Amino acid sequence: MDGIHDMGGMHGMGPVEAEENEPVFHADWEKRVFAMNNAISALGVRNIDESRHARERMDPAQYLASSYYEIWLDGLVRILSEKGLISTQELSGVMAPRPVSTPRPALAAPDVDAVMDKGSNYVAPRGKAPSFTAGQTVRARNIHPASHTRLPRYARGHEGIIETDYGLHVFADASAAGRSDPQHLYNVKFTSTELWGPDGHAGDNIYLDLWDDHLEAV
Amino acid sequence: MAGDHKHNDPLPETVLRVKSLESLLIEKGLVEAAALDALVDRYETKVGPKNGAKVIARAWADVDFKQRLLTDGSAAIAEFGFSGGQGEELVAVENTEAIHNVVVCTLCSCYPWPVLGLPPVWYKSAPYRSRVVREPRKVLAEFGTTLPETTEVRVWDSTAETRYLVVPRRPPGTDGMTEDDLALLVTRDSMIGVSVALTPAQAREI
Repeated sequence: MDGIHDMGGMHGMGPVEAEENEPVFHADWEKRVFAMNNAISALGVRNIDESRHARERMDPAQYLASSYYEIWLDGLVRILSEKGLISTQELSGVMAPRPVSTPRPALAAPDVDAVMDKGSNYVAPRGKAPSFTAGQTVRARNIHPASHTRLPRYARGHEGIIETDYGLHVFADASAAGRSDPQHLYNVKFTSTELWGPDGHAGDNIYLDLWDDHLEAV
Repeated sequence: MAGDHKHNDPLPETVLRVKSLESLLIEKGLVEAAALDALVDRYETKVGPKNGAKVIARAWADVDFKQRLLTDGSAAIAEFGFSGGQGEELVAVENTEAIHNVVVCTLCSCYPWPVLGLPPVWYKSAPYRSRVVREPRKVLAEFGTTLPETTEVRVWDSTAETRYLVVPRRPPGTDGMTEDDLALLVTRDSMIGVSVALTPAQAREI
């Protein structure tokens, strides 16, 4: 979707303000939002792309005015509601919590390190044959799906070179809709001047990870 | 994020909403409070940029390890026991005299957790995400990093599950230093690529 989250290249966002000796969390509520998001992942009720797409659908004015953990909170409530695991009435206390079932049980404290050390797998054993090879010139397709996509606006319609073929991966754009559509993932190099014209810097390059369906032959 | 609503100044209803959500999820059996505590503790005390600094220090000290790191980042960090969530497919990119790498996630907040921990607020902010792909040299200059015109800047936008780790250049005057001492020169920002590693003199001032 052409949402507010797709920020690459936008003007007017102001200077980057780094905080010296920044703590990992700034408040207890941030800790809980972070932890709830990760604990929910263990249940197998939503994948990472569904999670991202839920955050992207936050009201755009609110998105810009929110800290990142507020965006996570908004996305978590949205996806859990859409999956039927919680309701607004339950959250506001109007309705008593009703029981739900999940593919996997709740994450237990003794398992946290092992689960986080293991991570997830995004590599697919089978899928579409690759359309491109390393060194080939390609163009990022000029597509504007209203659904989730990992092809940023600033690269669309621009030519780049396949730097590396990372092999078959779950396609994030499909995964956000509950499908996997495995296909090759590539690292693609775009020159700064191809993306930004005379406002770019000759000799500098921007590298993006894009899937087969994001690209077309030139 | 932009605007006058700071990260440490949430709306009062945000704090209440988080409490309501946690209570509800616990009551429904979807999360356990002790597991939430353990997740927080993991990323507050166990997994952070000190992990990455150990990796970089070894890459500086051991050319064979550096080659393994650049060939297969995930396998190389696993030699330290570092692995998992938000770092399943780690790619290390090396800074040289000719090339300077810097990492961003313009679409969200992707960051190599196993080696750097959780990202700082500025990394997830609109200014960084919007600007570093368009004008990386200006953003780097604001971090005190001025690059020669002849140095190629490579910006890595984390648009898939690949996570990028910058291998900063080894500072001069560090011959013969131990890995432990070298690790003290490796800052979080140098592994994101907005800064360079500290000199021994700079490290002593911190």
